[in-house]
Amino acid sequence: MTSVGSGYDLSVSTYSPDGKIFQVDYANKAVENSGTCIAIKTKDGVVVGVEKLIPSKMLCHGSNRRIHAVDLHIGVGISGFLADARQLVLRARAEAKSYKQIYGQPIPVKVLSQRVAALCHVYTLYGSVRAFGCSIIISGIDQEGPQLYQVEPSGSCIGYFGASMGKGKQAAKNELEKIKFNEMTTHEAIKEIAKIIYSVHDEVKDKDFQLELGWISTTETKGQFNMVPKDLQSDAESYAKNALEEANM
Amino acid sequence: MEAPEWLNNAVDLGTSIMAVEFDGGVIMGADSRTTTGSYIANRVTNKITPVEERIYCCRSGSAADTQAISDYVRFYLAMHKAELNDEPDVKTAASLFQLLCYNNKNNLLAGIIVAGWDKHQGGSVYNISLGGSMVKQPFAIGGSGSTYIYGFCDSKFKPNMTKDECIEFVSHSLALAMFRDGSSGGVIRLCIIDKNGVERRMIPGNQLPKFYEG
Repeated sequence: MTSVGSGYDLSVSTYSPDGKIFQVDYANKAVENSGTCIAIKTKDGVVVGVEKLIPSKMLCHGSNRRIHAVDLHIGVGISGFLADARQLVLRARAEAKSYKQIYGQPIPVKVLSQRVAALCHVYTLYGSVRAFGCSIIISGIDQEGPQLYQVEPSGSCIGYFGASMGKGKQAAKNELEKIKFNEMTTHEAIKEIAKIIYSVHDEVKDKDFQLELGWISTTETKGQFNMVPKDLQSDAESYAKNALEEANM
Repeated sequence: MEAPEWLNNAVDLGTSIMAVEFDGGVIMGADSRTTTGSYIANRVTNKITPVEERIYCCRSGSAADTQAISDYVRFYLAMHKAELNDEPDVKTAASLFQLLCYNNKNNLLAGIIVAGWDKHQGGSVYNISLGGSMVKQPFAIGGSGSTYIYGFCDSKFKPNMTKDECIEFVSHSLALAMFRDGSSGGVIRLCIIDKNGVERRMIPGNQLPKFYEG
């Protein structure tokens, strides 16, 4: 961390001499410390999964959700500061609502992603604010078919077939790169995501985690973003645990 | 001395307008008369106005109001097109018309038919009524002249007509409306929109289809 103490990292409105905005880099560090979130786009839909780390045994099961629905046809997965990300989700919901009200159509995933990214970007421009300490994966289905976008603290908005962020970003990315996305179904993607989340989870450093899974599919969920049903989720988790045991043998 | 009525009366599109879906596109039609009271301010008006490359609207009611509304919609659609990086849908345009007509219904006199072609729905026709309701219809008629031809249109319309059948349907309907309605007349203007583009036609007043004139 050469930036610490240099004075160039005090504000997002200051560049360092080699052209970096250190506050944005720090925001990315906040994401890297958080549970892994991955998503896969298949031919019929998108599946998103989050490794939700449980900081205390006293927390209610299912609290601090990291997957949220934005509209009927769009959902987001979160890595980083949950409070910051919830603010983005709130804004995304408002954008989806206003788009529908004005244009009479559901908002395209790309337009929503770009609008949320624009908000993130604005928070990298002024000295009076700090950048969002979170990345989000926006998944949905619109007129163009299944869509998957990732929005980062810098305000970048990029479409993917498979995306990962958080602690296990690199490990998950290595696994994702082996997948043939166009041949996969959402059912297979659920299992694959469960397997990857379980395999990148660090049992030594982080004790407990809960797997959150959300999906949207033209056939399985009729174009609506839903949490994955309990039976499918437990199937996927046992598949993941078996695969992990086999790999360790 | 009393001022002539064309000085004080509003410029009105006492009108006959119409739009019909056909397989792969839409036909829009309108008469060409603009009046101030009983004075014909313009006998070759163009009431079929573009708001996007392949989305047009037929205007009826106050000329000033409908021009202003379609200017707004054209502007909003241009911005929307930039955000979308793609051609807007006809439904999007119709929604914008509805928003403006409904929110300002107390200050507007505007009955608008929005029609056009987009890659998702093909040809589609939306009717935006005076109160600001938006209804998708296989065909729509509007303006003061339309009251005379409801029966004719109901009897002659059939789904899945060809382009040429539709053109005949529109020109016959409008000719009948223009003949009976005192504030419609002049020429028939037609606009044919499909995936290949937009074609405009004009039927001169002395070549209109003829019917019983008793």
